[in-house]
Amino acid sequence: MTEQAYNFAYLDEQTKRMIRRAILKGVAVPGYQVPFASREMPMPYGWGTGGVQVTAACLTPGDRLKVIDQGADDTTNAVSIRSFFSRTAGVAVTEATAEATLIQTRHRIPEHPLTEDQILVYQVPIPEPLRFLEPREPETRKMHSLEEYGLMHVKLYEDIARHGAIATSYDYPVKVEGRYVMDPSPIPKFDNPKLSGCPALQLFGAGREQRIYALPPYTRVDSLDFDDHPFDPSKADHDCDLCGAGDSYLDEVIIDDAGGRMFVCSDTDFCRSRRAAGHAGRLGTPAGEAA
Amino acid sequence: MASALTAETLGGGFDDAPIQSARAFRAALDAMARPGRIQVIGGAVPPAPLSVAAGTLLLTLADGTTPVHLAGDADCDALRGWITFHTAAPLVPAEAAVFAVGRWTDLLPLARFATGTPEYPDRAATLIVEMPVLEAKGSVLAGPGIRDRARLTLPDPDAFRANHALFPLGFDAFLTCGSRVAGLPRSTRVEDV
Amino acid sequence: MYVAVKGGERAIKNAHALLAEDRRGDTGVPELSVAQIREQLRLAVNRVMAEGSLFDPDLAALAIKQARGDLIEAVFLIRAYRTTLPRFGSSRPVDTGAMACSRRISATFKDAPGGQILGPTFDYTHRLLDFRLAAEGQDLPKPATADPVAGPVPHITSFLNREGMIETDRPGDELPPDLTREPMELPAARALRLQAITRGDEGFILSLAYSTQRGYGRTHAFVGELRIGTVAVELDIPELGFAVEIGEVELTECETVNQFTGSKTEPPQFTRGYGLVFGQTERKAIAMSLVDRALRWKELGEDDTGAPAQDEEFVLMHADNVQATGFLEHIKLPHYVDFQSELELVRKLRAEGAAQRPEAAE
Repeated sequence: MTEQAYNFAYLDEQTKRMIRRAILKGVAVPGYQVPFASREMPMPYGWGTGGVQVTAACLTPGDRLKVIDQGADDTTNAVSIRSFFSRTAGVAVTEATAEATLIQTRHRIPEHPLTEDQILVYQVPIPEPLRFLEPREPETRKMHSLEEYGLMHVKLYEDIARHGAIATSYDYPVKVEGRYVMDPSPIPKFDNPKLSGCPALQLFGAGREQRIYALPPYTRVDSLDFDDHPFDPSKADHDCDLCGAGDSYLDEVIIDDAGGRMFVCSDTDFCRSRRAAGHAGRLGTPAGEAA
Repeated sequence: MASALTAETLGGGFDDAPIQSARAFRAALDAMARPGRIQVIGGAVPPAPLSVAAGTLLLTLADGTTPVHLAGDADCDALRGWITFHTAAPLVPAEAAVFAVGRWTDLLPLARFATGTPEYPDRAATLIVEMPVLEAKGSVLAGPGIRDRARLTLPDPDAFRANHALFPLGFDAFLTCGSRVAGLPRSTRVEDV
Repeated sequence: MYVAVKGGERAIKNAHALLAEDRRGDTGVPELSVAQIREQLRLAVNRVMAEGSLFDPDLAALAIKQARGDLIEAVFLIRAYRTTLPRFGSSRPVDTGAMACSRRISATFKDAPGGQILGPTFDYTHRLLDFRLAAEGQDLPKPATADPVAGPVPHITSFLNREGMIETDRPGDELPPDLTREPMELPAARALRLQAITRGDEGFILSLAYSTQRGYGRTHAFVGELRIGTVAVELDIPELGFAVEIGEVELTECETVNQFTGSKTEPPQFTRGYGLVFGQTERKAIAMSLVDRALRWKELGEDDTGAPAQDEEFVLMHADNVQATGFLEHIKLPHYVDFQSELELVRKLRAEGAAQRPEAAE
């Protein structure tokens, strides 16, 4: 049931038009951050207000919405955002990646390959990839306009000189179609290859920082690297202890006081559907056999 | 004052704006994100000569903050009244337009339209080009949003090549015909045949 | 068999119920009414209206009650509500010269037309806890007050103006930008800066202003005038061809007079800092005028001393407590994924370091 006191998907029509115009310009200039007049939402800045506004501007009554945080549908903030949209937009919700038409995410790209019929909306805390190198907005804006990304390469190269490797493991900067350096949001670098050539439309919303950007389907996205230090999308060298997957991103869970730990898929839907299909890991049983 | 608040001026808007504009935007978004793929949109019934698709795009995207340029035949009393009544968008010359609508030949010369600035390439006009035919054949398109190659009837391939050469500056276009719409962002390359 | 933590939905529901219970406190103590908060915690209400950018004492009082007295949380409630309100139009600029002043003081002139009105102020109270307030229901002494001075009361700075001793603002008809409807673009016009400061966090603006007094971007400010009172809000009705009064708001206005020895482009004269805030909020209004003045260094041809209060981007991007508190507190949300990737990176770097070190260790 929708809450009658508010408009469809909460935002008023004028606000949605403003956001929709920004999204279209973002799509037209892939990787460029479009300023938009982010509104105050009934949830705190930093908790997904950018993603929520983009989702609100894109939703139609026929959508099936999935919301994940850290890959999981049942983390509290994902639960909270999902219930916000079922209340204000009355849309159907799902936890199954394959059934969703619009997925809002924080910090992960689902393991199940996305399709042309889907939109992936990222929540972004700091959209400016150069921000930690140069705190001033007019300066970073100028750097993007001049395609002046030397500072970023210097930073990455200093990492290599000091540590022998690039010491960035998430929020790993990318270049879009050879032009704009873009912040992929704090996804682990393991997810970076999924950004490129993705059949789904990918939209990024940063509410507090008032920016929207986009990757149209099949856009080429390269993680920054060097010829002698190619990009390495590594992950924990384990299989999932529940479903046995060897190719999914894993959460490390501490299970006792003696340092015991296990590794489980961060993507809860992926793990569940593998177990439903009969796969089992070191500590898990196929779903059908669970008590 | 305006000639008259006729039924034509007052009618033809969305009956259920939140839902109709959501559906129309989603189609417009799909069109812009997948150049060459034709979408069907509707909801608005604008006065002649505007197409349903062009009228629906304007109701979905334009408002008092977005100056609109009406080109050629589109610059008529009926449409002026309709757009003003339904969107409150100021009607302006080409140079000041956020949206411009009309037939291709009426939109020329294109150099009049904003193409953004190096620091704000988003501050560029969106052209809504009314087409006599719109089909997924003709010019070959490539670039973001296109898996391999796409085809689309273009009014003037060279003009879009020149526009793409300005990237990341440039205008973006919707091509409309009846209730059909296709998107052609500045990022699209029009290949030589 | 390991079972992942579940039940986010139930946990949230239970947390909300607990919160409601905590908010009410001991049910043996009568519940606070919104009217009591509005009347008796008026300065808190004013702060919430000022930083919430919405003049509505009843809603601000309700927000304070709901937020259990957490004023930033109350500001947040008001802001989130405010964004959903339709816009019917913009009022005409309010005329503070026509203010019905309940308080009006000048630190620069002993007396001036309109007089000095002390009004309801903490200024000369001795800060001794008044234990009589702990006993409720006492009679209040009847204050001897005159009615508010009906406007117009001329601004003190206008007297300086007669001699050309203070800068004059050029009148402008251009529509100021609206911070709440357009994305912030830097550098910002003064009108935009003032909007950001007036709704900025009182503590942050206060500290910045204080830092200018201690030498970080010093502006030699005198309080030329501080006035508090109500002004009429008028809306132009195009169909009628004239403006109609739609209500009144209480405002605090502060104008500082700042020493200025001149620059390449300007003759020696006094300059101004300006503060205008909803309600009786004089600490905020004075602080606002100091920060405003400090931010004007560029237009006045002064030196950039690198002081925080002179740094427009630093001030404007960090003044909003709803933004700040949201982003600060978001770090308590799950970050398993980023943390896991950091764990692996550190392990890898340690392993590689250890592989290179054995010879050195031996």
